[in-house]
Amino acid sequence: MANLKEIRVRIASVKSTRQITSAMKMVSASKLRKAQNGILNLRPYAQKLQHLLAILQHRTTSANQGENINPFSQNREVKNILLIVFTANKGLCGPFNSFVIKSAIRRIEEIDKTANVKLFLVGKKGFEFFKKRDTEILGHELDVLSSDNYKYCITMAERFMNMFISGDVDQIEMVYNKFKNPAVQEVVCEQFLPFSNNSVDSKGKKLREEEVNDIILEPNEIEVLNELIPKTIRTMFYRVALDSFASEQGARMTAMHKATDNATEVLKDLTIKYNKVRQATITGEIVEIVSGAEALNQ
Amino acid sequence: MSMHLEVISPEKCLYKGDVVLVQLPGKMGSFEILNNHAPIIALLDSGTMKIIDSERNKVTLKIGSGVVEVFDNNILVLSDS
Repeated sequence: MANLKEIRVRIASVKSTRQITSAMKMVSASKLRKAQNGILNLRPYAQKLQHLLAILQHRTTSANQGENINPFSQNREVKNILLIVFTANKGLCGPFNSFVIKSAIRRIEEIDKTANVKLFLVGKKGFEFFKKRDTEILGHELDVLSSDNYKYCITMAERFMNMFISGDVDQIEMVYNKFKNPAVQEVVCEQFLPFSNNSVDSKGKKLREEEVNDIILEPNEIEVLNELIPKTIRTMFYRVALDSFASEQGARMTAMHKATDNATEVLKDLTIKYNKVRQATITGEIVEIVSGAEALNQ
Repeated sequence: MSMHLEVISPEKCLYKGDVVLVQLPGKMGSFEILNNHAPIIALLDSGTMKIIDSERNKVTLKIGSGVVEVFDNNILVLSDS
């Protein structure tokens, strides 16, 4: 039979663990709300930007069959691929990090046959994992996600855009957790550059031709387009960073919620066990006293 | 008659409401939008935009570089910050 004191110590330690996990859950929940707000605030901006791009693309395709190819949409022969992997800085968030890393590895193996893979790692966990492997790492960044700072994300995005323009890499892909809802994340691999406008086309078809062609463009079509495409690309990077951050918080919240539930369960079992042992000891003591008294009476 | 104006940045909605006049820092120079303006998409420099709302109050807003779309008395300003 287990020692009473042993159980008491265990109960105390499980209790304090539960307190920590439930506090972490609360913290993640509030961070998650912030991140979700960020996503919600970005959505109208991103949608309108897409809408404008759709109008312009409609015009360019109907007018001059897209003579000017934007430098960001250029499809080159793919020799170097940059993979941007979004992980968290901290653990304790369920399978969040390992899923991203796994799918990044799978992607690397896929590409490796045809092209040279380079990595850029956002978040400490990914960097710690990949620095021990032999894939070339171009750089890593820790703080993109912990602050949902727009300006910082923009400078990051511009760095990648410059890499693409200068020809250091011919294609950029991002591996990250897409935020579905607080409990569900989905690891996706998306093409970042060259910029493809497939997603825009479907909306563009709804626009009426006469209306589109009547719109005045200032300074001119090409300049507006050259301004809007980089904007869209930057917005995309910001969206991905936000998505990954929100997913991380969601994953951590779920993991910590489960941990708290488990701790409560363990605590319940331990308390029952403790009471049983205590009861048994008392019964044992009473039996001893009674039988002792019996012995004296005889 | 008034126009509907929306100013949005990636982080938040900066302005939303009915207005009678908007002055914007266009890339080719400052310009104003009044009622029934022709549809236009114009690039904007960073600077201040002036608004006169439907109650004749003057409002000024600082915007980053961006783009404006006017269509059917709906004004949409997408600003970087």
